[in-house]
Order: sequence, then C-alpha cells, then structure tokens
Amino acid sequence: MVERQEVMLDELRHLVSERALTGETVLLNMGPQHPSTHGVLRLLLELDGEIVVNCIPDIGFLHTGVEKDMESKTYQKAEVMTDRLDYLNPMGNNLVYCLAVEKLAELDVPPRAQVLRVILAELERLSSHLLWLGTSALDLAAMSVFLYTMREREMIQDIKEMISGARMMTTYIRPGGLWRDVPVEFEAAMRHYLEVQEPRIDEYESLLTNNSLFKDRTIGVGVITPQQCIEWGVTGPIMRGAGLAYDIRKALPYSGYEQYEFDIPTYTGGDIYARYRVRVAEIRQSLRIIHQALDKLPYGPVRSNNRKFVPPPRSELGVSMEAVIHHFKLWTEGFRIPAHSVYVASESPRGELGVYMEGNGGPLPQRIHYRTPTFVNLQIMPLLSKGHFVADLVGIIGSIDVVLGDCDR
Amino acid sequence: MDERLQPAVEAISEKFGARLYEFRDETSLIVGAEQIVEVCRLLKTEFQFDMLAVETVVDYWPDESPPAPAPNLLGEGDLRVPTTEGMDRDIEGENARFHVVYRLYSFPKNIFIGLRVPLSGNAPHLATIEGVYPNANWHEREIWDMFGIHFDNHSDMRRILMPADWEGHPLRKDYPLGYEEVQFTFNLRDVEMRKPRPKE
Repeated sequence: MVERQEVMLDELRHLVSERALTGETVLLNMGPQHPSTHGVLRLLLELDGEIVVNCIPDIGFLHTGVEKDMESKTYQKAEVMTDRLDYLNPMGNNLVYCLAVEKLAELDVPPRAQVLRVILAELERLSSHLLWLGTSALDLAAMSVFLYTMREREMIQDIKEMISGARMMTTYIRPGGLWRDVPVEFEAAMRHYLEVQEPRIDEYESLLTNNSLFKDRTIGVGVITPQQCIEWGVTGPIMRGAGLAYDIRKALPYSGYEQYEFDIPTYTGGDIYARYRVRVAEIRQSLRIIHQALDKLPYGPVRSNNRKFVPPPRSELGVSMEAVIHHFKLWTEGFRIPAHSVYVASESPRGELGVYMEGNGGPLPQRIHYRTPTFVNLQIMPLLSKGHFVADLVGIIGSIDVVLGDCDR
Repeated sequence: MDERLQPAVEAISEKFGARLYEFRDETSLIVGAEQIVEVCRLLKTEFQFDMLAVETVVDYWPDESPPAPAPNLLGEGDLRVPTTEGMDRDIEGENARFHVVYRLYSFPKNIFIGLRVPLSGNAPHLATIEGVYPNANWHEREIWDMFGIHFDNHSDMRRILMPADWEGHPLRKDYPLGYEEVQFTFNLRDVEMRKPRPKE
C-alpha cells in the first residue's frame, strides 16, 4: 500500500508547484463523494492557506464504457444507451445520435417530427437549465431557488412521462422521426406549462439577479476570456458568458432551427454571474422557440416511410406480409449503414454536443464517439480556479454545469 | 467540396501531399503521422481553424485497414470512396490499424474540416498537437487510455477514464467486451482462468 501511494504522488509531480514538494502548500482531496461536485468529480487541490494554487480534476468515476458497448449493438439498440450519457439532456442525446444516423443513411424526417424534435430539445434545455439554476444557487447558499425551479421542472417531467411513458430515459426520438406521435393532450399541457413558466422566471431572477450576497460570490469569480474559450474549445453558456455569440443552432442549424426567431444571449463578464445571466436568458429564448413551434406544428406522420430503416406501423402488421418481413428484419438484424464517417454537432444545454459515427457496411457501428461538452469544458477547471478561495471553487464547478455522466461516458 | 475549404485543402494537399476524403458535405484530409503538427499549425495560423472540436480514433482490427467496399445495400453506387486513394495508406510496409480523426472548426468561416492520420502497428506513436490546440490534452489522454496510442511530448500522458492501474486499452477491437463472472470464495481459480483477456 505504501509503495503504491509513492508512485501516485510521483505521477502527479509535474502538475503541482515546487512548493508542494517542500510542504509549503497542502495537497487536499475534494470528492468524488462531495455534495457540491454535482456527481462524482474528484479534484486534487493544492492549497496555500485558503487559496487554490493548483486544481487537478480527476474524472472517470462514472465511466460506463458506453462507446465500447455500442459497437456490439445494432443502431436501434445502441440508441437506448445515449439517454444515459447526459442524463439531464436525454432527448438532446437521442437527437444528435439520430441526426448522425440520418446523415449516414440519407433518411428523411417528416415536418411534424422535425417541429416536435425542436420542442422536445428545447424542453430538455429548459429542464436542464432549471435544475442547474436550482442546484448552483444551492451551492451558493440560496436555498429557496432550488425548491421553485424543481417545482417547474416537475411539470416538464410530467409532460415527458405523458408522451413517452418515462420521466427521464425516454429514447423518444428515433432515426427517421419519433417513436410515436404525441398524445392529443400534449399541446394543451405545453401551453399550460408555458403560461406558468414565463412569469416564474422573473420570480427566480428577483431572488438572485440583484441579490448582493449572490453578486458578491459570483462577479469576478472564475473569469475566462473569449480567447481562452476558443483555445480550450469551451462552448455553450461559458463561451456566451465570455461574450462570443456562438450557438450551433444558429451557426450550423439542424432540425429546422433556422425557421425560428430567437436571440443568442451574450454577456461580457466571463465570470459566474455572466454565465448565470446567459442561462436565465436562454430559458426565455427556449420558451420563445417553443411558442413559435407550437403555433406552426403541422399535422402529418412523425416517422419516415423508408421501411428499410424505420419499422412499419403496428396497424400494418396484421394485413401486410411485407410489413411483417420488414419488422422482423429490422428488429433481428437491424439496418445497415455505409462504411463512411460523419461528424454531427448540436447545441446541448452545456455546449457543443457532437457525434462522430462511422459505419462499416454492416448492422453494427464501427465506432461511435460522443464529443461531450462537459468533458471539454471541465478541462478549464485549473484555469478558472487558480487564485480563488476554496469556497469559490464550489461556485465555479456549478457554473461549468458539470454532468459527470456526460463527461465520463 | 465547400468553397470555404478550397484554399485550405489545396494548400495542404500541395505542401504535405495529403489525400482527400469526402462524404456527404464533409471534407477530410488524410495526412501522414509525421506531418500532423505542421498541418494543424498551418490550418490554425493561415486558415483560421481556431478550435479543435474533437479528436478520436477508429480501430480497424482485425482488417488492419478500413473494410473492403460494402455490397450495394442502399442502391446508390459504391458506398465507399475508392480505398486505393489513401484509406489504406501504407506506413512502414504495413496497413494502418488505427485512424486518428480530428475535426477543426473555424469561427470566421463557420465550417468544420476533418483530418485523418493512419497509424500502423499495435503500439503506435504520434506527435501531440497540444502545442497548437491546448484542449487536445484531455482528448489525447483519452485516446491513450482507450486505444493505447502514445502521444510523444505530451505534458500529462496518464490514464483519464480508467483507473491508473488498469491493464489493456478497452476500446480496442481485440479487447473483449466480456463480462466478469460472479466470484465466490470457492471458484476464484476458475474465474481467473476464464477471464477474457486482450491480445498484446
């Protein structure tokens, strides 16, 4: 045991400062079981008194080998695992996976499914941002916000349960469209939710935006410059909080995002407060998109009619031999994807969520790689935390919006 | 090919002899392992590809080169770009087992460009591009962890997702997906014997 410890310290020697070796600064372990690390994130801290000299993130505690598992499953089965990656954005993960499959197979998606996908992706963004708002306010000792945001998030979970039967792991978006059409009550439930949600954003803001305690702990803490964002590949609200108006929904639109009117909120502070402002503004923009999408929601099928990739509807199975054959082939063998690769990027609540997918001409993928925003964004942890107090670290972790399932895959 | 990529692709092809690989609307350049740092530097400084979006690896074991053209399944001609033009680029007389894949993003041009680096052998080396794109750090650590491709001159070449004392590189194709048998006090020897192990 003693031997092992020495080896470990030796491995980290190049990451800590000279002073750690003489004992002038203290090495302290934070996590992985720590309530404020939003999951199982371990940080090795080098402290000079209360001040963080170095911060070495250690990830992988939630590594589940999803990418390895996917290689042994057909494309339909592999999709189920994408829900489990970023468990606060399951529909967004489904969506980007389906976009990659559709790009490889040149599958069409009916207009109704496109609009519903946008609604669901935005709903997921809302639910993720609400949870983020609650928990990171909780980290900074503002307890009541958490109770309010969870109340509204519950409404979103209920809507998800209504359409798919599951609160979180829905696998509702499928290659070529959706699993099934939404129930008739969906639109009324959405309108009711929008009505409730809109005034309540002001309520959250009244608790935080001008709260001097909150401002004291967030303004000027964890500052990142736009240049650093680009260098470190940091995307999402962190980048927009630094003043760069980059949003993949605008830059490289997918699922018909170009048809909606919305703004990219940016703030120039680059600190925790700017990220908070960006996320709250994004909640408003998401509501705006959902409003437009509900108004224009067309009628029609929600699944592609391409039977080589999309199973036939249940009603046809009793009357059509063709349909039975297609159904059987799809669920036993799966569909085949050409031996080519694509990279598809989408905007998750945390930043650029990309999928690199390569087929090999058979029903099993050659490689699926998820470029997850948390994995990339977490790299700037040392950059953000140097020179701050240990207490500020909690706010910084919260402001990155860490989801370890997303990070470790 | 998109006209926004034209100058960059032409320059790289001319200077480094890179080959082109196109599919749908995506363009990739296939470059040699020894040139990757220079190619990245040129793309970043001259052609404003300022962000590394993703860096990952595809393992083609046991084919040791991308699979042969697939049968015509979608009814739209050859599904694969002719492999003679570089997908099976020879390195030291061997076919490439791994392809390291990069996607760079350009903010002014608003477009991705892909790079592919074929690597042969079971313990390949590659130069790190950390000096050009700092965020390659964790991507390359993940590649080392999952595929066992060593990045020379990397500042922090440790495992990132798997435990530090893990043996083998799980995302390699010859690493068994496997399962671990349930252990009891009496069958430890059998479990140890039947355990699937990666081939070296």
